[in-house]
Amino acid sequence: MAGAVAVRRSRTGLRRGGLSVNRWALLVLPGVLFLLAFFGYPLLQMAIKSFNDPSPANYKIFVDSPVYARTLETTFKTAFIVTAACVLLGYPYAYVMSRAGLRAAAVLGFLVLLPFWLSLLVRTYAWTVWLQDTGVINTVLQDIGITNHPLGLIRNTLGVTIGMTHILLPFMVLPIYAVMRRIDPELTPAAASLGAPPFAAFRKVFLPLSLPGVCAGALLVFVLSLGFYITPALLGSPQNAMISELIVNQVSEQLQFGVGAAIAMVLLGLTLIVLFVGTRFVRFGAVTGELDE
Amino acid sequence: MRRDWRRPSLNAVAGVIGFFLVAPTLIVVPMSFSSGQRLEFPPPGFSTRWYANFFHSSMWTDAAITSVKVALLTVLVATALGTLTALGLVRGRFPGKALVQALVLSPAIVPVVIVAIGTFFVFIRWRLAGTLTGLVLAHTALALPLVVVTVGTSLRTLDRNIELAAQSLGAGPWRTFWRITFPLILPGIIAGALFAFVTSWDEVVVAIFMTSPLFRTLPVVMWSQVRSEIDPTIAAVASLLMAITVLALVLVVIVRWRASLRTAT
Repeated sequence: MAGAVAVRRSRTGLRRGGLSVNRWALLVLPGVLFLLAFFGYPLLQMAIKSFNDPSPANYKIFVDSPVYARTLETTFKTAFIVTAACVLLGYPYAYVMSRAGLRAAAVLGFLVLLPFWLSLLVRTYAWTVWLQDTGVINTVLQDIGITNHPLGLIRNTLGVTIGMTHILLPFMVLPIYAVMRRIDPELTPAAASLGAPPFAAFRKVFLPLSLPGVCAGALLVFVLSLGFYITPALLGSPQNAMISELIVNQVSEQLQFGVGAAIAMVLLGLTLIVLFVGTRFVRFGAVTGELDE
Repeated sequence: MRRDWRRPSLNAVAGVIGFFLVAPTLIVVPMSFSSGQRLEFPPPGFSTRWYANFFHSSMWTDAAITSVKVALLTVLVATALGTLTALGLVRGRFPGKALVQALVLSPAIVPVVIVAIGTFFVFIRWRLAGTLTGLVLAHTALALPLVVVTVGTSLRTLDRNIELAAQSLGAGPWRTFWRITFPLILPGIIAGALFAFVTSWDEVVVAIFMTSPLFRTLPVVMWSQVRSEIDPTIAAVASLLMAITVLALVLVVIVRWRASLRTAT
C-alpha cells in the first residue's frame, strides 16, 4: 500500500542524515497518542480479557460447541458469495464508467459515491421495506398473480447476500475504476488492428491489465464482509448468523465478556490473516497510481 | 463497425446496476409520506403525519439533538487531530513511518464490532461509557483515517514551489504555513471535516455500546425500534438521516468545485 512508498522514502532519508527526523514529524504525535489510548489500548485490553476473564478456556467454545465453527463457516461462505457477486456487478459497471464520456462518467460516479456515504442502517432498513413478507416485492408479485403466498426473501441467506452486495458494491467499483482509467484506451484497438477478434483483444490485453483493481476490490470487500453486523442481524436469521452477531450476543445478552472477547480475537486474527495473505497478491500501489511514478 | 451492438447492451447493464445502487434506498422517502397506518406499498395517500410524529416525540427529538452534538464535537476533535497527523505523515521524516501510517488507517480496517466491544470494556472502567465524551472519543478514532487521507491527498497535490517562493521572498516557516499552505489545503480540511461529520452521524455499532437509555443517538433509537415497530415513523427518520448526509456531501462537492475554480484561474 502507501506503506511501501513510505518505507522507500524513509530509507533515502536515513541515507541522507544520521538520525533523520525533521520538525514536521512531531505533528503526528497527538494523533498517534490518541489512537494508542482510545483505539490500541482497548484492543489490547480485549486481547487480555479473552485470556483471563476467567481463563483461556474462553477459546474452547469453538471446540465444545459446533455452533461456533458453523458460524465461522457461514461467515466465510457469505463473504465469498458477496465478493463474487460484487465482482460480477462491479466489473462491467467500472468498465462502462472508465470508457464513458466526461458527463456520463460523472453521473455513474455519483451513483456509486452516493450509496457509499449513505447510512448503512438506513440502506439495510430500506431492504427490509423491499424484501419482507408484506414488502414491496411480495406485494407486487401477489398483485399481478405470480405467486399467492409471500416468497421468503428475508431472514435467510438470500436477504443477507442481497443487502451486503448492495452495500459493498462501491468498494468493488472504485478500485477497479481507478485501475481501468489508467489503461491506455488505444491498447485494445491496437490489438484489434493486429488481427485480434474483439473478445480476444479484451481477454488478452484489457482483462490482465485490469486485474490488479479486481484483486484490490475483492480483498477489500471480503475483509469488510467478515465483520458485518447490522445487515446480517436485520436481514438474516439466527440459524445462519455471522460471527459479529455471536460477539454482540455474548457481550450484551449473555454478559460473557471473556467469551465475547475470545470470539472477537478470532475474528480479528482471521481478518488480519486474510489481509496479510491478500496483500501478498494485491498491489494497492497499482490502484492509487503510486507505482506509476 | 466492430462491437456496435456490444456498447449499447453494456451501457444498459451499467444503467441497471446504477439503478440497483441508488433506487432501493430511496424507497424510504415515498414510504415516509404515506398516510397508511403501517408500511404498505403503494402508499394509500400522502401525509406528513409521520414527520409530525417524529417532531412531537421527545424520544426522537432528544436523540436527534444528541446526534448533532456528538457529530459536531467529533468534527472538531477529528479534524484538528487528523490535519496535524496528515501534515506530520506527508511532510515529516522519521523512522517507523510505515508503522504510523498503518496505525492511522487501522480503525477503517478492524471490524467495527471489535472496536465497539474493546472500547466498551475500557470505557466502563474509565467511567466514559454512556457519556457524551466517551462517544465523541470513540467516533473520533473511527473518523480519523478519513480526515488524514483527505487532508493528506490535498497536501500531496499542493505545488511546493508556491511555498518556496513565499520563503524566498522572506516569509518565515510559520507565516508561510498560515498565509500559503493552510488556505491551499483548507478545501481538503473542510471535506475531511464533513466526512468526519457523516461518519459520526451515521454510526450505529459503537454507539449501541457507548450509549445508555438516557443518552442515545438517532441511529441507536432507530436500531432499537426497527425490529419491533412497523409504522412509517422509521421511514421518516431514515429519510431525515439521509437528507442530512446528502446535504453534507453536497457541501463537499461545492467546496471542491470552488477550490478547482480557484486553482484553474
